[in-house]
Amino acid sequence: MEERLTSILSSYKANRDELIPILQQVQEEFGYLPQQAMLDIAQFIGVPESQVYAVATFYAQFRFTPIGRTHVTVCRGTACHVRGAPRILEEVERQLGIKEGETTPDLEYSLETVACIGCCGLSPCIVVNAKVEAKMTPRKVAAIFAKGDETS
Amino acid sequence: MREKLNSIDHFEALQDRLVSEWDRDVPTIVIPAGTCGRAAGADELIHATQQEITSRKLDGRIRLRITGCHGLCEMEPCVLIEPEGTIYPKIDPTEMARIVEAVARGEVLEDLLSQDPETGARIQKQKDLPFLKKQVRTILGRNEMLDPMRIEDYVRSGGYSAMAKVLARGAPAAVVEDVKASGLRGRGGAGFPTGRKWELLAKQPSDGGKFLVCNADEGDPGAYMDRSVLEGNPHSIVEGMIIGAYGTGATEGVIYVRNEYPLAVEHADIALQQARELGLLGEHILGTDFCFDISLVRGAGAFVCGEETALIRSIEGKIGEPRQRPPFPVEKGIDNKPTAINNVETWANIPIIIAQGAQQFAEIGTANNSGTKVFSLVGKIRNTGLVEVPMGTTIREIVHDIGGGPAGNARIKAVQTGGPSGGCIPAEMFDLPIDYDSLVEAGSIMGSGGMIVMDEDTCMVDVARYFMNFLKDESCGKCFTCRKGTQRMYEILDDIAKGSGTLEQLDLLEELAHVVKDTAMCGLGQTAPNPVLSTLRYFRDEYVEHIRKRRCPAGVCKELITYSINENCVGCQACVRACPVGAVKGREKEQHSIDAEKCIKCGLCRNVCKFEAVDVT
Repeated sequence: MEERLTSILSSYKANRDELIPILQQVQEEFGYLPQQAMLDIAQFIGVPESQVYAVATFYAQFRFTPIGRTHVTVCRGTACHVRGAPRILEEVERQLGIKEGETTPDLEYSLETVACIGCCGLSPCIVVNAKVEAKMTPRKVAAIFAKGDETS
Repeated sequence: MREKLNSIDHFEALQDRLVSEWDRDVPTIVIPAGTCGRAAGADELIHATQQEITSRKLDGRIRLRITGCHGLCEMEPCVLIEPEGTIYPKIDPTEMARIVEAVARGEVLEDLLSQDPETGARIQKQKDLPFLKKQVRTILGRNEMLDPMRIEDYVRSGGYSAMAKVLARGAPAAVVEDVKASGLRGRGGAGFPTGRKWELLAKQPSDGGKFLVCNADEGDPGAYMDRSVLEGNPHSIVEGMIIGAYGTGATEGVIYVRNEYPLAVEHADIALQQARELGLLGEHILGTDFCFDISLVRGAGAFVCGEETALIRSIEGKIGEPRQRPPFPVEKGIDNKPTAINNVETWANIPIIIAQGAQQFAEIGTANNSGTKVFSLVGKIRNTGLVEVPMGTTIREIVHDIGGGPAGNARIKAVQTGGPSGGCIPAEMFDLPIDYDSLVEAGSIMGSGGMIVMDEDTCMVDVARYFMNFLKDESCGKCFTCRKGTQRMYEILDDIAKGSGTLEQLDLLEELAHVVKDTAMCGLGQTAPNPVLSTLRYFRDEYVEHIRKRRCPAGVCKELITYSINENCVGCQACVRACPVGAVKGREKEQHSIDAEKCIKCGLCRNVCKFEAVDVT
């Protein structure tokens, strides 16, 4: 981990305003923010560890546990909500056997919700590993994850 | 690598060359591939088109242009054929062979055209679509003309001319005057006159530098206008900001974009690089003394960062907590330097104002609300998509004429505007002309332009609870009344939605809403009660019904509804198979029944039933 982190930090000047971009890049690299990485970032920028933790916990994007190989995000935007997002979320939870914010013990799936992905014209939507699946129904949810099982 | 342009003449020569080399008559297949387009399958269409063009050896004879979102979401994935303007909606990749063939021969495929929902007549041309007829697409209309990843496309279609015009004129104050005269008001929601904001920035001492920010932290769930502009025409934002910098003396620019919009981030980044390569951004723009550069900052997921002081803190790498104003950002913004923040759509209007003249811009719309406004028309509506209309257009025109009315059988009962800070406007008020002031009077706000249509199957208590759930999570926690007030309002709404609310709680809810409105410091808190207050104002009956009769008229609130099977049931077993908990029982060809004890009210049985045999009461 140290090597990968050092390589990321080497492209920054250690300015205070780089904190969020650094956290974002670290999360892109590791899938989450490992505790050691946050401690190292604090030292790199020269701010107390508490400030790094404060920023990381303030913003919805950052997470502190690893994500699954298949990362599922259910959109909870208003258009999605009125077109049945709560039922889509329930169905995803049922299919994967985990609740929002959790990861399956085998690290295969993780599930999150997002405020809005801006794909409101085709609501309700979910995102499976960066691919947006539009006009979801509980049946389509079942179909998507059944397909996933066959290929894995 | 592009050759850097060292003078305005140089730029104009490039533009002339691009225009003269462009043969308008070459048949072109345009495929919109914004986030929605891709979600609907645009990538597969693009792939199929490329294969067909190559295998038929039509390279050079037929062009393919991949653009951003055109806002015709309901029709995605679609294909537009130029120069005729033929539009094929909802195209399957397997149809591309026929389409490419037809384009090569100059023919139209009647069977793939869209149909008028009333008459069934085929509609060939995009401009004749009912969805587009009442729209004035000054901003959105440009998306289809260009590949957002090629600056040459933007320049060819007239891009950066407004910037060149301003630089050639050489009078920064005149830029501010133009924007003032246009009457443009900030499209982010509050509607502050843009020209006045710029005038204030221009007057600030410039010794330490000044900032311009493009607020692309489009946080209102249900709104995606800014995403489509940033994805589909990022250079219009860059050009707007360069013009703004020239007018106000700003030295640095920031585009603050939501990280939830990966494609917008990518396209904005490419646009900035290409503008720098051409010498349109950076040191000595087009060989003049004017220097200005823009950096891209990705938001990290906090609704409150749409508030300008919170956004500034976020850019500085801190937690996005708003602070007291004054001092306003225009005096003390990023790193305590003067900063003016405008929304994406505001910036996109700037090159238009300069190019067509402030006077012409001011003629569109109404007296105090000039220009067009883009709305995202979504929810329970037939034609979802992006709608750009002159200010002062009525809700009825947008919902019925453009949107084509309800999506299903249920009657439309309200539209929600302004995101979590806005409110619900009932169908009785649909003749309201939309502008900043009329919406406030009606208890909502313009916001960034989300317009979510709700029908009789939408529960207004549930909607209020939905927004309050969002707001309690997004409240930064600085002000007690907002932090606890949104939490408590959510709890009361949750009680009511679950059937355990009381009429006294309803009074408390209203009182609490007013207290939060009056005492919170920032815009988030001050407007947080709007979803509650507006639904209470127009849909109080629904609240009372939840409380008194323990009934949800829309059939949404789970605790108050039961599913049952009526005599329409033919005993097809579809619901038996669909039920995840085995609550539906019944033999083949006999009427089924639902075990209320076991039922988790997921609605799957109702979704799969083809005979309208599942009731919700």
